[in-house]
Amino acid sequence: MKKLSVLLVLLLLSTTLMFAQGGKEAAPAAAGPFKVGVIYITSPGDMGYSYMHDQGTKAAEAYFGDKIEVIRMENVPENDASARAMEQLIDAGAKIVFANSYNYQDYMLQVAKENPNVYFEHCSGYLSNENMSNYFGRMYQMRYLSGMIAAKMSTTGKLGYVGAFNTPEVVRGINAFALGARAVNPKATTTVVWTNTWYDPSLERQGAIALLDQGIDVIAQHQDTTEPAKAAIERGKYAIGYNADFRSVVGSDNVLVSPMWDWGNYMIPAIESAMNGTWKSQAYWGGLEDKMVHLSPISPLVPKDFQNVVMAKQAEIANGTWDVFWGPLKDNKGAVRQEAGGKMADDKMLTMDWFVEGVIGSVK
Amino acid sequence: MDFITKLLAATIAMGTSLTYATLGEIYTEKTGILNLGMEGTMLMGALAGFATAMATANLYLAILVAMLIGGLLSTIHAFLCVTMRANQVVSGLAITMFGTGLANFLGQRLGPASNNYNLVGMNLPSKFDNIAVPLLKDIPILGAFFDVSVLTYALYIIIPFSWYYMYKTKYGLAIRAVGESPKTATAMGLSVPRLRYLYTIIGGMFAGLGGACLSLSFTPSWNDGMTGGKGWIVIALVIFATWNPGKAVIGTLVFGGITSLQFSLQAAGVKMVIPTQFLAFAPYLITFFTLSVMTILNQNRKGSFASPSALGTSFAIDDK
Repeated sequence: MKKLSVLLVLLLLSTTLMFAQGGKEAAPAAAGPFKVGVIYITSPGDMGYSYMHDQGTKAAEAYFGDKIEVIRMENVPENDASARAMEQLIDAGAKIVFANSYNYQDYMLQVAKENPNVYFEHCSGYLSNENMSNYFGRMYQMRYLSGMIAAKMSTTGKLGYVGAFNTPEVVRGINAFALGARAVNPKATTTVVWTNTWYDPSLERQGAIALLDQGIDVIAQHQDTTEPAKAAIERGKYAIGYNADFRSVVGSDNVLVSPMWDWGNYMIPAIESAMNGTWKSQAYWGGLEDKMVHLSPISPLVPKDFQNVVMAKQAEIANGTWDVFWGPLKDNKGAVRQEAGGKMADDKMLTMDWFVEGVIGSVK
Repeated sequence: MDFITKLLAATIAMGTSLTYATLGEIYTEKTGILNLGMEGTMLMGALAGFATAMATANLYLAILVAMLIGGLLSTIHAFLCVTMRANQVVSGLAITMFGTGLANFLGQRLGPASNNYNLVGMNLPSKFDNIAVPLLKDIPILGAFFDVSVLTYALYIIIPFSWYYMYKTKYGLAIRAVGESPKTATAMGLSVPRLRYLYTIIGGMFAGLGGACLSLSFTPSWNDGMTGGKGWIVIALVIFATWNPGKAVIGTLVFGGITSLQFSLQAAGVKMVIPTQFLAFAPYLITFFTLSVMTILNQNRKGSFASPSALGTSFAIDDK
């Protein structure tokens, strides 16, 4: 009896592992198309961060046709297992490997050093090697434009922002949003609530509810589910999406706009250079000029003439005559953080740990 | 005043799911079976409820299916722990891993073809909305209890009933007897396996319902792992409630209240003296604290604070 029960538990566990792996196996190596390995932190079915990455992968598949073959690995944890996933991809014949989450970088660097004939592409980190690049996009540019729209549509001038963690990436996005809002309404405030999680539908919604209870009438977010936006819409307020086009996902015009990623526009040239041998290691941070980011279609509730104002600002960013963190800039304690006339250096943006004027909340 | 009312409303909305699952776990643990499979069971309940509501647009049928699935998963646990006499901790953990894996797997296969068979990103045709009771809802603070969903109103009956059932009826006495001393219970003529099966399944049904409260009411959607560890908080809440169904609600309000409070303070622009990261794990600190206090109290006063004596142990009539 005891043995049988142990067997049953083992059976249950092994079935679980099978489901956890999503039933996907790396294909055996064979000559033919150029093989591309892709590692995702979640499943592309999450309709969030990995979903947008997979849209990029699909764009590459459409662009190259049968000249490439993509091997995907989903739900890969950010630990030693990711190194093994990369090795599996290389065993399967992958010549270039992409990984989409921050904490893969140490494992990727280690695998890259052991496999000098394979190219490695890490998203959102800072490490690199002769055969390893890191890449990311200037999402803050889109956050600024969404902040303009939020302030235009708000009747109270009180905007809310549900943030995951106080990393420079999130802080930069909040600051850009608040600057955009103040450009339209100099009295607009952006109140921040930290959830301390990237992904938790309940906590994300609770953060939004707390903001709405304070009379805030537009909710923006740096979170992975649509819950903050839905909480706002259920109360007849406005929301700003993120990652995917929330207006079509949630099905409400009260989602004013969504800042979105375009990973394919980095992946396609990277794969192309790897195929023809011109690949070079780089630390890439591309914005609107490279079409790494874009705005979803704007809700019809936003007046047409104001949409044109936003598009004019977008054109300024795209042609490089202006950027979001343009001096003079003060933080929300009154200290000058950027002198007048000129844009902030990348390294200052990449380590940002302070809020601009107009943000209510604390980074710490 | 308004601040507190809104804070309470947010706490109740989130706490409904926790309260159902906590009640379920209390029923199960009272008979001596520890079910650590709550997280997986709640998630399967959330999935089953959401998938049913998407397919049939019938919310009550969705609740029923969620409870059935919850009951089914805990039947596996009961079979392993009661019939096979497996280690309850291992079996419970296996149920959680199995349930979470299966729910996330099915979540991307039970959706409509138009969404690539994915349930993620789908919107319910309708959800359990809040229903306000005229006049009562205008009472300061307590009014928050009278602008809630049907699922919460049902708790106003289920909680007192559960307390009465547990402490004032012979059925409750049987549960407690089985959990305290299976041997004595057997001598009294009770069937220990039968009762343990029954209340493990009922506990699972409550957990399934708790999960469905999330996917059909509080966060009306399907998301991978959307219970976000609530099944583990439940285990702590049972201890916090000292295995008393009547006190389950206090634990939920305290735990949920701390989470809501830290958000409300941030949203109100209150300068945070305590970092938000600290407040995020504060509920667990309270659990440590409660556990310690209860252990001390138990040394002086036997009985009401203690866990069921036979909790976590298997039983057979011919045991030495």
